[in-house]
Amino acid sequence: MAVVSSTSSTVMNNVEAVRATLYEAMKNDERTVILGEDVGARGNVFLITKDFIGEFGERRVIDTPIAEASIVGIAVGMAMEGLRPIAEIQFADFIYPSFNQIVGEAAKIRYRSNGEYTCPLVIRTPYGGGVRGALSHSVSIEALFYHVPGLKIVAPAFPDDVKGLLNAAIDDPDPVLFLEHKKTYRLIKGEVPDGHYTIPLGKANVRKAGTQLTVVSYGLYLHWALEAAERLTQEGLSVEVLDLRSIRPMDKTAILNSVEKTRKLLIVHEDNKFGGIGAEISAMVAEEALFSLDAPIRRLCGPDVPSMGYAMPLEEEFMSSPAEMADAMRAMVKF
Amino acid sequence: MPQLGETVTEGTVAQWLKSVGDSVDKYEDFVEVSTDKVNAGVPSPVTGTIRELLVKEGETVATGTPIAVIDEVGAAATAPPAAATAPPAASIAPAAPAGPAPQAAQPAQPSPPAPSPNGSPAPAASSLSELELEGALRGASPAVRRLAREHRIDIRAIKGSGSNGRVTADDVLAAARTGAPAPSAPAAAATVPPGTRTSTYAQPIPGTTVSLSQARKIIAERMVESKHTAPHAWSMVQIDVTNVWKWRAREKDRFERETGYKLTLLPFFIRAVVESLAAFPLMNARFVPATAGGQPSIYVNDEVNIGIAIGLPANLVVPVVRGADKLSIKGLAIKGGELIDKARKNKLGVDNLAGGTFTVNNNGANGSWASAPIINGGQAGIVTMETVVKTVVVRDDDSLAIRSMMNSCLSLDHRVVDGSVASGFLAELKRRLEAMGPQGEL
Amino acid sequence: MATTDLRTGSLERHGLSDEQLRGMFRNMLLQRQLDNRGFQLNRQGKVPFALGSEGHEALQAGAAMAFHRGHDILAPYYRDLGLCLGIGLSPFEIMLSIFARADDHNGGRQFPNHYSSKAAGLMSFSSILAAHLPHAVGAAYAIKYRGETGRAVLATCGDGTTSEGEWHESMNFAAVHKLPFVMLVENNEWAISTPLDKQMAQPEIWKRAAGYGMPGRRFNGFDPIQTYAAVKEAMDRAHAGEGPTLVEGTCYRYLAHSTDDNDLTYRTREVVQERRKDDPVPAFEALLLEHGIVTADGVAAMRQDVLRETNEATDAAEALPYPEPADLYKHVYEGAWEPWQS
Repeated sequence: MAVVSSTSSTVMNNVEAVRATLYEAMKNDERTVILGEDVGARGNVFLITKDFIGEFGERRVIDTPIAEASIVGIAVGMAMEGLRPIAEIQFADFIYPSFNQIVGEAAKIRYRSNGEYTCPLVIRTPYGGGVRGALSHSVSIEALFYHVPGLKIVAPAFPDDVKGLLNAAIDDPDPVLFLEHKKTYRLIKGEVPDGHYTIPLGKANVRKAGTQLTVVSYGLYLHWALEAAERLTQEGLSVEVLDLRSIRPMDKTAILNSVEKTRKLLIVHEDNKFGGIGAEISAMVAEEALFSLDAPIRRLCGPDVPSMGYAMPLEEEFMSSPAEMADAMRAMVKF
Repeated sequence: MPQLGETVTEGTVAQWLKSVGDSVDKYEDFVEVSTDKVNAGVPSPVTGTIRELLVKEGETVATGTPIAVIDEVGAAATAPPAAATAPPAASIAPAAPAGPAPQAAQPAQPSPPAPSPNGSPAPAASSLSELELEGALRGASPAVRRLAREHRIDIRAIKGSGSNGRVTADDVLAAARTGAPAPSAPAAAATVPPGTRTSTYAQPIPGTTVSLSQARKIIAERMVESKHTAPHAWSMVQIDVTNVWKWRAREKDRFERETGYKLTLLPFFIRAVVESLAAFPLMNARFVPATAGGQPSIYVNDEVNIGIAIGLPANLVVPVVRGADKLSIKGLAIKGGELIDKARKNKLGVDNLAGGTFTVNNNGANGSWASAPIINGGQAGIVTMETVVKTVVVRDDDSLAIRSMMNSCLSLDHRVVDGSVASGFLAELKRRLEAMGPQGEL
Repeated sequence: MATTDLRTGSLERHGLSDEQLRGMFRNMLLQRQLDNRGFQLNRQGKVPFALGSEGHEALQAGAAMAFHRGHDILAPYYRDLGLCLGIGLSPFEIMLSIFARADDHNGGRQFPNHYSSKAAGLMSFSSILAAHLPHAVGAAYAIKYRGETGRAVLATCGDGTTSEGEWHESMNFAAVHKLPFVMLVENNEWAISTPLDKQMAQPEIWKRAAGYGMPGRRFNGFDPIQTYAAVKEAMDRAHAGEGPTLVEGTCYRYLAHSTDDNDLTYRTREVVQERRKDDPVPAFEALLLEHGIVTADGVAAMRQDVLRETNEATDAAEALPYPEPADLYKHVYEGAWEPWQS
């Protein structure tokens, strides 16, 4: 972490961390504007930008029409012409209409113009399930976008990471997709250092050190994995839990260092298994650390169905619990 | 050891109902096991013969531990899985291979000096050959393989702490720290009783490897080259050698006295060949493939240099009678005799072997009646003398006679000559040889 | 506003000087010459692709005349060769794009005709129709945001693009926020093979403006002076902070969509020949000759000069190298290109 201007910190949850960071960004840089649906008068559906419009004006906090493609596209144009826009897609499930603007345009502005034009853009969106959100308020989208060169993607799990990474994303000269797991908004609290700081993109964080198994995760499941790992500690087993934090770029060194040490790798993510993040991590580890592995790499992931359901049993079936994660961890440690 | 209750974690072998060597049917109880909850007979999973009992009566082991080995009737057998290397196995380990099986066994030959890849008694780690090390590591994880290789540890000798007795990387490291483990566990791969069937795939067909001499290597290469370059066609003609045979018989003693060489049918044959070549010069040619930018062609030799194929014990040589068309039968006999003599004494020089334009092969000396020789590279054909057989023939007037008949076979390069030329040549050869008789001059 | 009647010959200049009129005409000649050069090179096997703009010369020369260099921003599409020349791109820059040379603004990465020039205020765009329009709107927002009066964004597209959702979203947002944004639709009646009547039930695109709450008008895109007048009026409104305008110029696409299209599969030669009678280049030439703004010799000399300029640009660009293979990895991000961070 760079430039922590004070040693004091404040306890806050993830949604508060987003809000506080956005507020400071708006205050410190005139070029920063926020645009999205209901971000102005309503202050965002999770109240993240509550009262921003009063303080910064409707010129800087823009309630857009319901038009996701142009929310991103207009933000792209703003960024090309010198502003530092932070676009919000109200729920990650609504991001699909703006897919071309993200993948075909924003990601390629610098590349196609040979560096003459750039696109310093942040797209923020709440994602993930466990909130009875069903088909259109629960999806994980990182696998759709992490494939795209020119984009960056972060998914912090803890409030101190939320702040540091959001600041870094805002400063980043390239488009960053900032994923906020909506269930962690109020569920996850932590100490957040005061003052401005950034956490570099592409750096994972060992949230729990261990020796017998490496568990790689992010988002809500990172917290469940920590809980599961703690259960195993009670049983005398030692599990290391690595919070990816950054999906693209992804921290190769941290993953490999951990796997060298424990020789076993379990990847846990909420997103569907087939073609999810875990597939890329597995391939990389198999390529680079095969002879360190004492067990096959395992992935504990969302089932390959279009969505978790609204009915509780359907949501629970889709999502993994700390107990399930503990079972998977235990089996791997004992393998 | 089966799990005989939900919360049961171990069991005791109360009584073996079968002994080693006994046969057992599928579903027939072969052992009685007791746990803290239950006493039960355990049925065999296969029909076969008890090969080994791994646990003593009264001994308690954890559920999942192998307790017996049964050779299944009709299945390929494998070595008894060492406790150390057992894959996730059933509690009873049949000999039918399951997953990453340990190395196949062979009829036991105590052979520590010549390590084989298959089922020898587990030697001490330091004397492990690469092959044995690799064999033991089949089925092990990449980390275990690497560590076992680095530390030269025989993992078959380690009691694995992983699931189902798997040897883990930590186990290998622990073993390395405490020194190379002596082959310890009683359940380690022991010698296999004789008569045990082995997997057909693991056992090579018995035989001896014969390494090639330089000469044989070259012969092999030349043969392939000739066959793969020239399209071989074949023709045969039957020659009545009764008269020439008589002639030879009349001359042979004097010839041997005068020259010291034996007079065989060969020089007569070669004489007929060179005369026939004069009539069919394309048989004395070679095909010249196109070179870069050029056209293919046929080169007709002016010289007639006849190679005589001679089979020696370890070699096949074709010394050449140069200018054979200029030699009489006697001259051919002498020259031929010289070359054969040199060949047998391994005294042929390069100049004896070079320059052949056509080859004769006296296969008949071996008793061959017909053969399809391979053309000597760079020539258009090779002709044989086959064995002489007294044969009943039908004459033109339909009367029968007993004549000495000899086949002559021709392999020809079809790029140079066609059947008509080849057959013409053979017909000419036949005519001339049949025309030879005691009235001629050698 | 008075119009130029090409048949009666009365000339309403809308304040344009002789020199400016000649300038527009030269732009039209240059556009046609460079356009054609692309096809020539393609037929020579030197470049794999060419896309023409014949029929758009007057519209683009007129629009370019209304563009304030150094102030306004252009968000064009891939048929705007003349417009890009008109706002300041050189034939050499055009040819660098055609030959995909390393020195091209896009480093040889984009198809030809996808011009980009930060210096000229030309926004980088892709082949995806209408995707550039929200960008243009965002740029217009930035201009307004910073209080930069006297600046506006001139966005262009063809009739085909107006069917895209993002055309609608862009128009809507520009109108809601009263942005300095001019939407110039170059209606050449064809969206590759789809004629106007298969694209829209209301063939007069300018009429949609009312639906967005912005002014709209239509003009004869074969008339460069009329074009200039219409676009200038819209740009003036934008410069003055009065909000966006939709202007629709009618013209015709004389050639196929590109070298990858055979237009005889969907329209007849006769139909195109008939429309050639309105070809703006000879029409404007005739007009200028008639009013003594050019002489025949002058026109001939202009044509020669345009050819010379085209040839020089062609030769100069052709002589330069392609990008290096290693250049593929540049400009993915500001920093390292690889997804795995070590």
